[in-house]
Amino acid sequence: MVIYVCIKQVPDTETKIIINSDKTGIDTSSVKWVMNPYDEYAVEEAIQKKEALKADKIVALTLGPARSADAVRTALAMGADEGLHILTDDILDSNNVAKAIAGAIKAEGQPAFVFTGKLSIDGNNASVSQQVAQFLKIPHTTVVSKLDVTTDSVIVERETEAGTKEIVELSCPALVAANKGLNTPRFVSLPGIMKAKKKPIKQIPLSDLGVSASDNKVQFKDFELPAEKADVQMLSGDQAVKQLVSLLRNEAKVI
Amino acid sequence: MSILVFVEQNDGKAKGSSLELVTAAKKTGQQFFSVSFGPNSDQVQTELAQFGVNKHYAFNSQETQFYNPEIYTKALADLIQEIDATTVLASGSALTKDLLPSVAAVVDAGYVSDCVDLNWEGSKFSARKPLYSGKCFCKVEFSEGAKQIILTRPNQLPIEKAESANTEVVTKDVSSADLKTLVKDIVKGTSEKLDLTEANIIVSGGRGLQDPANFKILEELADVIGASVGASRAVVDAGWVAHNMQVGQTGKTVAPTLYFAVGISGAVQHLAGMASSKVIVAINKDPEAPIFKKATYGIVGDALEIVPQLTQEFKALLS
Repeated sequence: MVIYVCIKQVPDTETKIIINSDKTGIDTSSVKWVMNPYDEYAVEEAIQKKEALKADKIVALTLGPARSADAVRTALAMGADEGLHILTDDILDSNNVAKAIAGAIKAEGQPAFVFTGKLSIDGNNASVSQQVAQFLKIPHTTVVSKLDVTTDSVIVERETEAGTKEIVELSCPALVAANKGLNTPRFVSLPGIMKAKKKPIKQIPLSDLGVSASDNKVQFKDFELPAEKADVQMLSGDQAVKQLVSLLRNEAKVI
Repeated sequence: MSILVFVEQNDGKAKGSSLELVTAAKKTGQQFFSVSFGPNSDQVQTELAQFGVNKHYAFNSQETQFYNPEIYTKALADLIQEIDATTVLASGSALTKDLLPSVAAVVDAGYVSDCVDLNWEGSKFSARKPLYSGKCFCKVEFSEGAKQIILTRPNQLPIEKAESANTEVVTKDVSSADLKTLVKDIVKGTSEKLDLTEANIIVSGGRGLQDPANFKILEELADVIGASVGASRAVVDAGWVAHNMQVGQTGKTVAPTLYFAVGISGAVQHLAGMASSKVIVAINKDPEAPIFKKATYGIVGDALEIVPQLTQEFKALLS
């Protein structure tokens, strides 16, 4: 039985974003790519719970262009056993991404479990996890900060609002989307990197899964940078606090 | 063709952010309905009447008391098919961000969340959405004939009452057969304040507060101006405050009207979560702190002295 960890390669937070010339997306030529930070918690949890979930291997799964294989290598270096790369240069909407991922998993048989990050920091849509669960017809919980495995179910803590937690039991197989706090992801070690080089990454062309960008229902266009922010107004001296309160009230009109 | 607005409610009172979407739906002039879940969900009727809602669907049986993704997804997807809703609008929250993607998968709709603007273009909505932690924006369009499900960030759209309507309430039952998901318990958070993602004003603290106990001066300021309290990653990782208070990368993305960054230097990871706030006040000892580059107003100084003064001034102003 296989645990799948869905990961995505995203621009590093520190990367400067430049819009491409026809405004259809960003210029990726100088972007530094990393594994989506939430996915690290997903990979770590899969490694820690592999035995308890009665799995014999962990497959790190991604969808994207050739460069996305680097994110898979990172997961393999952390301790995943194999990679599965749905290869495409196309941009898909979230339903189509989920259809492709669920299709690739189904083709290999019933999964033992699926882990994902609660969202990817590029699009911040927080949708693919739930949609994969729907297409696989398995239960799910998102924003999970604690997971315990029982005989044939998992009991998870889901963080909602203002510190409230929902305690949810899911029968296995299930999909869990990880939040920060679920665990402390391990650092990639040099021996880990060496081992990862020998681990297989299977490629599947997107077209083999019957999913096509021409079926997208959502399009992103007219990319633009945010409006320039006006310079900061620095306040100083004895009256700085009084001045600030007055500006917030009378100029900014936010109090 | 119709628009369905998902109205979140507590004890029969609609969340303000949901009313933003009711307002947006009403303005289109199209046929629109609203829907709520929870035992008191029929009681939002009086409030919705003031916003011109003609028909409200209430899933108010006992099984809807807590959010169970399976029960809610099936019920909402069935309703969308039954009334042939072509557009579903909701404000982003812990509940809607989990529920609506599932519903989009079931009814085969285009789905987008975290939008900051909505425009009605004759037969469907387009939206505006920040990407890459607000480092750029794009226009979101939906294919011709596709169902659309759109979530917006709270506090982005106006709330306007309309000519009052005689809201008809249709109560609906849910199916809870063959569940694979069991909600065992709800552990309430200790805070009475609004969640950061919905707060209109946020007071956030960082390492400049020097000691976890000093967060109480932020609490005091927050109480006076009706704010929620946030924190930087540094103090969350140091164990000063809980992770649910973290603003920024691997924390919460917020865009309140007013954001106070107190003793926060402004690492890229923090800016990623709050840079689109309307007005930003930075208080920091270090005049070179990057936070001042993003701020609207800045004061260089010791937060432990400035914040209590600020609390006093606001008390005087607001009393």
